[in-house]
Amino acid sequence: MLKFGQRHTSGLTRRVAVMARSFATVEDTPNRVYGGLADQDRIFQNLYLGNSKKHGTPSYDLKTAMKIGDWYKTKEILLKGDTWIIDEIKASGLRGRGGAGFPSGLKWSFMNPPGWNKNVGPRYLVVNADEGEPGTCKDREIMRKEPHKLVEGCLVAGRAMNATAAYIYIRGEFYNEAVTLQHAINEAYEAGFLGPDACGTGYAFDVYIHRGMGAYVCGEETALIESLEGKAGKPRLKPPFPAGVGLFGRPSTVTNVETVAVAPTICRRGGKWFSGFGRERNAGTKLFCISGNVNEPCTVEEEMSITLRELIDKHCGGVKGGWDNLLAVIPGGSSTPLLNKDTCDDILMDYDALRDAGSGLGTAAVIVFNKQADVLRGIQRLLAFYKHESCGQCTPCREGSTYLSKMMDRFYVGQAQEKEIDKALELTKKVEGHSICAMGEAFSWPYQGLVKNFKPLMIERIREYKRQNGLEDGGMQYGGWYESGGVKDGQVVNNPMPKEAFHGH
Amino acid sequence: MFLSKYTHLSIARRPFMGRALHIVAVHRDNQHNNQKMKFEFTPENKELAKEILKRYPPQYKKSAVMPLLDLGQRQAGFTSIAVMNHVAELLDMPAMRVYEVASFYTMYHREPVGKYHIQICTTTPCQLCNSDSVIDAIMKHLNLQPNQTTPDGLFSLEEVECLGACVNAPMMQINDDYYEDLTAESAVEILEALKSGKKVPIGTTKRESCEPFSGPKVLVNEPLDVSTVTRSDL
Repeated sequence: MLKFGQRHTSGLTRRVAVMARSFATVEDTPNRVYGGLADQDRIFQNLYLGNSKKHGTPSYDLKTAMKIGDWYKTKEILLKGDTWIIDEIKASGLRGRGGAGFPSGLKWSFMNPPGWNKNVGPRYLVVNADEGEPGTCKDREIMRKEPHKLVEGCLVAGRAMNATAAYIYIRGEFYNEAVTLQHAINEAYEAGFLGPDACGTGYAFDVYIHRGMGAYVCGEETALIESLEGKAGKPRLKPPFPAGVGLFGRPSTVTNVETVAVAPTICRRGGKWFSGFGRERNAGTKLFCISGNVNEPCTVEEEMSITLRELIDKHCGGVKGGWDNLLAVIPGGSSTPLLNKDTCDDILMDYDALRDAGSGLGTAAVIVFNKQADVLRGIQRLLAFYKHESCGQCTPCREGSTYLSKMMDRFYVGQAQEKEIDKALELTKKVEGHSICAMGEAFSWPYQGLVKNFKPLMIERIREYKRQNGLEDGGMQYGGWYESGGVKDGQVVNNPMPKEAFHGH
Repeated sequence: MFLSKYTHLSIARRPFMGRALHIVAVHRDNQHNNQKMKFEFTPENKELAKEILKRYPPQYKKSAVMPLLDLGQRQAGFTSIAVMNHVAELLDMPAMRVYEVASFYTMYHREPVGKYHIQICTTTPCQLCNSDSVIDAIMKHLNLQPNQTTPDGLFSLEEVECLGACVNAPMMQINDDYYEDLTAESAVEILEALKSGKKVPIGTTKRESCEPFSGPKVLVNEPLDVSTVTRSDL
């Protein structure tokens, strides 16, 4: 892991630092260049609707799905049994695509501990389609263009876990996507792929949809289970883990849409094929969504361990204003710390490389800032997002996100003291690890990344504010309070209030 | 419909209608939303409710609270206290448990909204693509602040968090549909078209979906025949 000081050393030293191995990193095969995935190796063949247009059918049609290989030999895969499927997923090196990157084969095997069949009753696969992480829009593309991959994936993953039913929890805003998916599920029932005799194997399996109603925190697995049980989506303490006591008090596993959707193709083409992509321990192909200041924002399936630069230059027409105009990148959805340009020059897009650079792959949602964008405004808006989305159950997160968001409002305009930057940093350190779910980390890391990479910019903003308002020789205290300021009748008087991240208030 | 009848005294007039409206758990009885009012599902919706209940184990009926509240909201126009009470009755739940759910999730409108409920995403990926100009243009065009409804009850505006179409930023959601790759002008045009009752294409008009603007750079060849690459032992 990089230390703070190392950022500012020369390019050479820094490069050595990024490539330095931590305990868990495996040495790379030298000279292997990743990226440039061929069309025939893409799992999501209808991502750009080319195939459904060729067949003149709607994207979600069963006919299109079967032409691009869905439901091909599913029966044979199911008949191989749970251990075979799990071994195949383990061999493929698939890691969870929802952000944490936990090895999927291992996670699925937790559902089948010795003697699992003595615990008679339903068991559930819960698919997490509550895609709310800013920057992420991959699961939506799967659901509206290749819903049959997801439905088939539910069956295959469900068989591996010996589950009796799958619930797909879709975020409420994805109404049309839910309709598309329901259509696909109905088609699968009609074709006999689901139901009491799924694919003619005698295995009974059902798939249901449950729509969320607009709560980011329901993307957390235990909050999602709470929400499915008809309660407010507030995360549960673990243990017990869902694999022991989950949905409706029964063994359950929550997995991301993409993880489930790639499982049938992995089983068909073999785990070895999948593990041939990407660096060791970071195997496979992945949907990357690149948004922000690039010329052509797009979602694209690429090989893991592709360099960030190639991903942006090849697929997105480059950064607006050229690569040298790059300011920062959030590599994996809003919760991951941002990277500065120096790091971006040669970073690989995979779990281990990004973790070693002090960030994370998350959901592989790349948000690009160029030099015309205001990174302070970007983070201010993100912290306002977390403030709004904190479920309010744990004090450190509920209060911490509010404090931090308010402080960031002031840092954005510069109405603060330089010391407060570190005070806020300390606040985030106190929140991390002290909340039930990962929301505490999720809003701490963007701020920590900002301070790590752009502290000089924040200090400059504060000095500029003081220059403009004649406060260089004092006159402003901590908290942005002017000496003339005060409170009267519950209102702040004689003190300017910093602009909020939202509009119209 | 509730909307046209009550909008004149709804959101704009109320003192506590800031952004925090939907996370304030307090309900206060008023003329159009009070404990004495009754709500019933229509016969079609009763059938739908039965279908929904079939998805969950019989002893966990209360799982259906979210879909049923949504159904009620679609019928009544907003999640009134009467809708919540009716759902609680249907599911044999204490009413308070339903209130908890309805006040937790932001998509339940506990006050009436316009016929076209506009939700504009301004979270960072959209904001980088200048969503600020889009929301400013809409606010100016409709002469509306976020969380208010126009006097004719046609439009209501809400500034929301990431809607999950970041590649197609900036974007907005009007009722159930996404409108993507917006500019300030095109957003206003969409509102104008809706106002005059024209049909507006949903999604993006600048490209097919999530591919680069200049057209797909990958997936341009003949589709793969999966049977040629499937392992032989299957």
